[in-house]
Amino acid sequence: MTTPNQPWALGRTEGLYLRRKAVDRIMTGAMIVAVALAVIPLFLILFYLLKEGIPGLSLSLFTDEPNRPGKPGGGVHNAIVGSAIMVGMALAIGVPVAIGTGIFLSEYGQNRIGGYVRFVIEVMAGIPSITVGLFVYGLIVLRQGHFSAIAGSVSLAILLIPIIARITEEMLLLVPRSLREASYALGASRWRTVLRIVLPTALPGIITGVMLGLSRIAGEAAPLLFTALGNNFYTTDVTAPMDSLPRRIYIYATGPYDYWHEQAWAMSFILVAVILVISLSVRALFGSRVTVRQ
Amino acid sequence: MAVSTFGRPARAAGSLKNRLKPGDWTFTGLTGAAALVVILVIVGMFYELTRQSWDSITANGWSFVWSTEWDPSKGIFGAGAFVVGTLITSVVALVLATVIAVLVALYLVEIAPGYIARPVSYLVELLAAIPSVVYGLWGIFVMGVFIRDHFGPVVVNHFSWIPFFDGTPLITGLFSACIILTIMILPTIMAVSRDVIAAVPRSQREGVLALGATRWEMIRLSVLPYARSGILGAAILGLARAVGETLAVTLVIGNSVKIPDNIFSPAYTMASIIANQFPEATGVHKAALIEVALLLLLVTFMINVVARILVWRVTKGQRVVVEE
Repeated sequence: MTTPNQPWALGRTEGLYLRRKAVDRIMTGAMIVAVALAVIPLFLILFYLLKEGIPGLSLSLFTDEPNRPGKPGGGVHNAIVGSAIMVGMALAIGVPVAIGTGIFLSEYGQNRIGGYVRFVIEVMAGIPSITVGLFVYGLIVLRQGHFSAIAGSVSLAILLIPIIARITEEMLLLVPRSLREASYALGASRWRTVLRIVLPTALPGIITGVMLGLSRIAGEAAPLLFTALGNNFYTTDVTAPMDSLPRRIYIYATGPYDYWHEQAWAMSFILVAVILVISLSVRALFGSRVTVRQ
Repeated sequence: MAVSTFGRPARAAGSLKNRLKPGDWTFTGLTGAAALVVILVIVGMFYELTRQSWDSITANGWSFVWSTEWDPSKGIFGAGAFVVGTLITSVVALVLATVIAVLVALYLVEIAPGYIARPVSYLVELLAAIPSVVYGLWGIFVMGVFIRDHFGPVVVNHFSWIPFFDGTPLITGLFSACIILTIMILPTIMAVSRDVIAAVPRSQREGVLALGATRWEMIRLSVLPYARSGILGAAILGLARAVGETLAVTLVIGNSVKIPDNIFSPAYTMASIIANQFPEATGVHKAALIEVALLLLLVTFMINVVARILVWRVTKGQRVVVEE
C-alpha cells in the first residue's frame, strides 16, 4: 500500500482507511453497473422481439409459402417445416454417434486414447459453424452435384455431436459405482450393465443434453447457407434444397422490403420462443445446472 | 430393473479383461466406432478444406495471410484485412466482455443474496440462448440505428481527438460488430467465471478478512488470484466463440474489403466474408474463401491448444504457490 498524500488534516491511517473504503465502494458500484450492462441487452432484445415480432404473426405466416419478392403477404411455411425436418434428421444422425462417443469415453476413456478423443471433442465444440458448412459443402454438395437437406442435416449433426457427447460422458460418470457393482455381482456382463443399468440411470441427464443440442442447432443458419441452401417452395424431399427459419431470417433481414423485415422479426420471435420454452422446461425438469448455449 | 433376464453366470476366474464376451466386444467396437467417427470428422475437415482450397494455396502462398489486397475481379486474393477485422473485433469484444463478466460474476458470488443472484445469473445465461441471426437482426434495426443517431455522434463530437475515433457513425461497422460480439460472448465468460469464483474456498476469504481487509481487498487479494486460471479459461472460450461468430457479425459489420481506418469503418471478419461472398464465388475466388475457412479452423484449433497449455501451466504454478 502506498502512502497516501491527503490534503486534509487527517492522520495517515485515517486517510488510508478512507481511501480504502472509497475504493471498496467504487468497485461495488462498478459491479452493479456491470450487472446492469449485462442484463439490459437481454431486455432490449426480448422487448423488440415482442414489439416487432408479435404484429407480424399471422396464420398465413405458418400456412403459406413466400410470395415473389416485393409482393407483401405470404408466409414461411416452407422454412418452418424445413427447419423441423433438418433438425430432426440432424438428431437422428448425431445422437447415436454422440451417445456412443460419450459411452466410449466414460467406459473405456480413462487412458491416452480417451484423452485424444476428449481433446478432439473440445476442438470440435469450438469450430466455427461456417467452417463446418464449407466442409460439408466440399464433402457432400460438390460430390453430389447439388444442394440438399441431407447435407444441411449432416452439418447440423457435426455441431450437435460435441455438445451431447460431453454431457453424456459427464452424466454416465455420475452414476454411482455401487449400481454397477450390484449388476456385476449378479453376473451381468459389462455391455449389459451399461445398457440396462448405467444408461437408464443417466437418461434424464442425457435427454437434457439432447434438448440443449437441439435448441442450439435450431437457431443455426451459417452451416445451412452452403449445404441446404434454401428453397422458396415447400418440399419434404430431403435430397432437394430445403429452407430453414434462421436462414430465411438472415435473407429477409438483409433484404430491401419492409414486409420482409416484419416477417424476419416474427420468425425471430417464433424461433426464440421455441428455444426459450425448451430451455425453461429443461431447467424446470432437470434443475438449474444446465442451460442453453448457442 | 429386470435383473432376472441376466442369464449366464459370469465365469469365476480371471480378470474382467479376460472375461470379455462377444457382446462386450461388439459393444466396445460400436462405441469405439462412434469415437472414431468424431476423430475422422476433424481429420476429414482439415483434409477436405485443404483439398478444396489447394488452387488458392498454390497461387497465393504464405502472403495470403497478410496481404491486404482482395480483388476477385482481378484475381488478387489476400486475407490480411479480414484477419485484422477478426483480430480487432474479437480482442475488443474479449476485453469488454471479460471485464463486465468478471464483475458480474463477482457480484453474484460475493455480494448478491440468493434471491437476486439466481434470477440475474439465469437472465445473463439466457443471452446465450438467442440465435446469432436474431442478434444480427436486432443489431441492424435497433442497436445500429441507436449508434448512428445517438451514440456515435456523441463519441465523434467529444472524443474525435483520440486516434481512430474520428469517423462517420453508420448503422453497420466495426463498432457495432464489437458491441454485438461483446453481448454474445458475455454469458459464456460469466457462467464459467461464476463457477470458478464460487469454487474458491471460504478459508481463503476469511483469512484476508481477518486481517482487516475491505470486501474489495478480499476479492483482489484472495479470490481473484485463486480463480485466475479458471477466468483465463473462460476468456479463451469466449475468444473462440468471438472468432468464429458468423451471421450476427456479417449483418452488422458493414462489409468492406479495406482495412478499417476508424472505429466506425465498415470491415469484414474472416467468417463474414465467407458468408457474404461464397454464394457468388467461382474458381480461385471460391478456393480463396475456403482457404479463409481453413485459416479459421487452424486459428480455433490453436486457441484450444493454447487454452489447454495455459490453464495447465497456471494451475501448475498455483500448486507451487499453495505448497509454499
